[in-house]
Parts: sequence; C-alpha cells; structure tokens
Amino acid sequence: MSQPRLVEVRQRVLKQNDLLARELRECFHRAGVAVISFVSSPGAGKTALLETVLTRLQPEYRVAALVGDLATENDAVRLARSGAPVRQIVTGTVCHLDAQMVQRALDGGAGFSLESLDFLFIENVGNLVCPSSYDLGENLRFVLMSVTEGEDKPLKYPTIFYTADVAIIAKMDLAAATEFDLEAARRNIQSVRPGMPVICVSAKQGAGLEDLLGAITAVRKVSEAARA
Amino acid sequence: MHELSIANAIVEGVAEKAARCGITRVAAVHLSLGPLSGVVRDALLFAWPLAAEGTVAEGAPLVVADAPVTIFCSHCQAVTSPRSWRELVCSACGSAAGRVASGTELEVTAFEVDDDEPATVG
Ligand SMILES: Nc1nc2c(ncn2[C@@H]2O[C@H](COP(=O)(O)OP(=O)(O)O)[C@@H](O)[C@H]2O)c(=O)[nH]1
Ligand SMILES: [Mg+2]
Ligand SMILES: [Zn+2]
Repeated sequence: MSQPRLVEVRQRVLKQNDLLARELRECFHRAGVAVISFVSSPGAGKTALLETVLTRLQPEYRVAALVGDLATENDAVRLARSGAPVRQIVTGTVCHLDAQMVQRALDGGAGFSLESLDFLFIENVGNLVCPSSYDLGENLRFVLMSVTEGEDKPLKYPTIFYTADVAIIAKMDLAAATEFDLEAARRNIQSVRPGMPVICVSAKQGAGLEDLLGAITAVRKVSEAARA
Repeated sequence: MHELSIANAIVEGVAEKAARCGITRVAAVHLSLGPLSGVVRDALLFAWPLAAEGTVAEGAPLVVADAPVTIFCSHCQAVTSPRSWRELVCSACGSAAGRVASGTELEVTAFEVDDDEPATVG
C-alpha cells in the first residue's frame, strides 16, 4: 500500500480576485477617480441613496455608477434618472460582484472612461454574506443597514461589517415607527468593528445626506493628496 | 451562496499546482478557514464534491482547519483571542481598539497525494 504524502501549497483561495482588485485599484488611482461601493441586504436602500448621491454630486463632480443585479435592469434605470452614466452588471445566478465582473464592465465600453470621472460608484448585489469575500478595488466600502431590519445585523453578519469602511444606517425616517434602537445598533457595530464610523441617513427626507456627501468627498481629497 | 464559486477556486488552485508537479490524483485537500473569511464551512463542504467532480481532486475529502480569530491591541500591544468574534475586545486590557491579526484565512495549506505520484517539483 502506498503512503500518503503532503504537498505544501499555502495559497489564498481568492488570490486571483485579490490580484485583479489590486490592479483595478492602481488603475483607478492613475485615472484619478475615487471608487466607492455600497453593500447591504436586498431592499436596505442602496439604489435610493445612490440616486440621491449621484444627483447631489453632479453639479460639482463627474460621476458614474456600476450596478450589480441578479437579473433585472430596474436599478440601472432608477439610477440613470440622475442623468449620470450607469452600467448594469447582470450577475445571473452569482450573488456578489467580483473584481473580474467590474473589470469586464469597464472594458466593455461602460459609456464613460475612468479618466473623465471624479467618482465611480458601485452598487453590489443585495447580500450581506457573499460580497464580503471579494475586494473590488474600491477606495471605500459602505455597508448599509436599514432601520426596518432591526439592530442586530452587525452581529449576524460581522464579516461584511469587518470588510467595510463606514456603516450607514438607512431609512431613519422610519426609525420611530419601527422602534429602532439606535444606541443598540451603534453598540453592535462597534462590537464587531471597533472604531467604525457610522452615518445615519434618510434618502426619503434628506436627513444625514450632508454627512454622507462629506464622507464621500473626503475620499477624493485623500486620493488627490496621495497623488500630489 | 457563493461557496460553489469558492469551492471551484479551491479546485482550480489545487489542479494548477498538481499539474505543475505532474500529479494526477489528489487524495485530500487541506484548507485553513477563518470565521471572518465570509465563507460558511458547511455550505463549502456541501459544494465541494460538486466542484471536485471530474478533476484531479475528485473523491478527495476537503479537510477544513478552523483558524482562530486573534486581535492586536493598539493600547497594550497584546495579541489575544477575543471571547467572541462578534465582539472584538482585547482580552488583556478590555479595550476595543483592536485590529484583526488573524481569522480572515481562506487558504489552501496543502494537499495529500499517494506516494506513487511524482515528487514535488514546483
Ligand atoms: N421610508 C423610506 N424608504 C426608503 C428609503 N430608502 C429606500 N426606501 C425604500 O425601500 C425600498 C428598497 O429601496 P432600494 O433603494 O431599492 O433598496 P436596495 O435593494 O438596497 O437597492 C424602496 O421601496 C424604497 O423606496 C428611505 O430613506 N426611507
Ligand atoms: Mg438596488
Ligand atoms: Zn489590550
């Protein structure tokens, strides 16, 4: 009988994605575009918020968006109402975006060139689990939780909070109606990601938008300083 | 669930390394998996046989070693295991100023082959 022998590998499973994401990040940097992604469970309010953000930034900045969706183009249509160029990434059965999908969307004539942009936004597929494993090369990742989902999302999905940079608590206009406990939500976020900045917003009523826009434009200042 | 794409990526990595070494059959695959990797162990184990089918790893079990979560504390410089990976608090001084030092692993550490396979070259 033959004896088993061990062959050492030591390789990150998502090495290909990580390498490609790094390439994308360098390419974004060279083009002078700040790239910001949004992740959340389905229906937390990514598209509504992004539509507002695209509209509000446009007088001053050149913006565009990529939006991942399993099947439909509804979100792309909603975002295009802002007047910004939008490209849909239909993921089919895949429940997350990966770096290759982003690269393909950009290579396939996204309707804009990176050099002509100040900001590129990416709306990930609605999912709090799978997107956490895939770096897209973005400069900043927002994770949204809406007040209608309860306070314990961070405890149930710590990894997505761990891989994101800033937490957004969305639909604050419904906080009273849903008896949302903001302090508990903040505690849960800090518990899984100590020091994580939190921004409370309502896309419907506009509360907190200035804070959000401030966090977004700050990314650009940082990347400009890095290039200078 | 993205565990099937993860399982496929594992198989790809193993098949590539095996091909470089001239290995035609893999007997087992060892994976290090941290709770902060975003990958669910049971879903991955469920997807594994499907991904391995028709490849060099067909029939080989996926052996998963759970990597512990540890955090580095910027207050007291200690590296400790938090009581829970949902509560990243330094076990030494109780401060919440921790940075994750390990626990995000999603890494193929090794695979097993029978001794009649060629010796490793690459
Ligand atoms: N009341 C309220 N409803 C919102 C807000 N933001 C989004 N919604 C609603 O929540 C639903 C899902 O929003 P959508 O932007 O499609 O979520 P997505 O799946 O994360 O992109 C829609 O019916 C929106 O009108 C908000 O700030 N307040
Ligand atoms: Mg949407
Ligand atoms: Zn400490």
